[in-house]
Amino acid sequence: MNAFQQYFYDLAQTHPKWNFIYFYDPVQAWRVADGLWMTIQLSVVCVIFSVIIGVVGAWAQGAHSKTLRLVMQGYIQFFRNTPPLVQLMFFYFALGQFTPTYAPDGWVEVPIISNVGWAIISLSFFAGAFNVEIFRAGIEAVPESTQEAAEALGMNRLQIYIYIVLPLAFRVSLPALNNNLVNLVKTTTQALAIAVPELLYQMISIYNDYSTAQNACMLFLFFAYFLLVGILVLGMSRWERGMRIPGYGT
Amino acid sequence: MTNSDWTPDQPLVSIKDVHKSFGDLEVLKGVSLDVRQGEVICIIGPSGSGKSTLIRCVNALNTIDSGSIKVEGIEVNDPDLDKLELRKNVGMVFQQYNLFPHKTALENVMMAPIKVLKQSAEVVEERARALIKRVNLVGKENSYPGELSGGQQQRVAIARSLAMNPDVMLFDEVTAALDPETVNEVLLAIKDLAQDGMTCILVTHEMGFAREVADHIYFTDRGVIVEHGPPATFFTEATDPRTQEFLSQIL
Repeated sequence: MNAFQQYFYDLAQTHPKWNFIYFYDPVQAWRVADGLWMTIQLSVVCVIFSVIIGVVGAWAQGAHSKTLRLVMQGYIQFFRNTPPLVQLMFFYFALGQFTPTYAPDGWVEVPIISNVGWAIISLSFFAGAFNVEIFRAGIEAVPESTQEAAEALGMNRLQIYIYIVLPLAFRVSLPALNNNLVNLVKTTTQALAIAVPELLYQMISIYNDYSTAQNACMLFLFFAYFLLVGILVLGMSRWERGMRIPGYGT
Repeated sequence: MTNSDWTPDQPLVSIKDVHKSFGDLEVLKGVSLDVRQGEVICIIGPSGSGKSTLIRCVNALNTIDSGSIKVEGIEVNDPDLDKLELRKNVGMVFQQYNLFPHKTALENVMMAPIKVLKQSAEVVEERARALIKRVNLVGKENSYPGELSGGQQQRVAIARSLAMNPDVMLFDEVTAALDPETVNEVLLAIKDLAQDGMTCILVTHEMGFAREVADHIYFTDRGVIVEHGPPATFFTEATDPRTQEFLSQIL
């Protein structure tokens, strides 16, 4: 045990309510690291998928097909009006029963979509529903007259969408997107309900095994999410600044 | 792309008995006029008389209900019309400039020739810089529209249209949104074009300018052309009471 570990070991002996077990017990430290890594992976993958869903969905909402628009509307209403925790459980426990299984070792049948898979699917669709609305608002904020100018120059619909509408809509959408992605990162904790071993799950496991570590685990959770979301917000606002157009929208 | 039957001695733009309604409101009630190559015409008249609608029909931003508009022999009122082809030959400048706010002045001018005409960036850039010089904006190439005054933006918009090498230019009340002190710089740019032989259709409230540059002036009211003529006679010999009333208010 090095001096750092020794300090927290001694602290736990003298102050049993402050058992920072993950600072001196390598096994618990690895549980924390695994949980943190899972949370980061879950966040990154869900952020990417939800943004893709948002862009495609916003396009579908403006489509000519009435059926497509209705499907989008139904999707948005469903995911916006129900709690994400219920969605996670519905996906895993209800839909999970109907997914095919396979036997990787020849004996035990496991479903082809794991609990992590369901968490990614359900959280991406959850945040994606909000992203659709965010991008749609951005697209609607692009003045008709600007698109008309592009039309008058002979650009076709796709060129106008790619070169004029999307770049402008995206800038308008960024602040709202920022908020929604922050929410998404925090909502990954609810994957705990379907036993995804993310950070909250691991921390609860640790203080279930070592009840004196409860305070220390809670502290770490606050600290970790504060930092994670902080990094995301910093990155997003840098991006926002980088994309700012001089003299526009300020 | 020009129609094979069309020759330069025929009108470049030929508008015949055009009708157009928005819902129950008939804004164009049988308008006819011809514009020859190199000619500059001004359309004047009170608000809501259908002037803007008329020129927006020329490049098919608005569709017409009946009648015919031919640009270099191409019928605009044709369901199979290739609008993109038509618009390559017809430039348009708007009242609100409508520049692309996320592109610099130079990029605004270069965009359409590169994306629509598929010309190489080097060739287009050379032409774009020359056009920016022509509208007197050297030094503003890398400014964004938000950093330019209204008059400067409008001149970029003119350069942007010219970059497509159109055969006819449409100007839709291009000085109406400008501060009085910047109106002149835009009018000078248009005048320079007109003297260079560009065919121009202007909707305008600038009577002094119309008198100076126009070959022919049309006065519209409530969807019809009330009176028209060359500026030398139009302003002094207007006979219709509606024209007289309008001119007396404006001049």
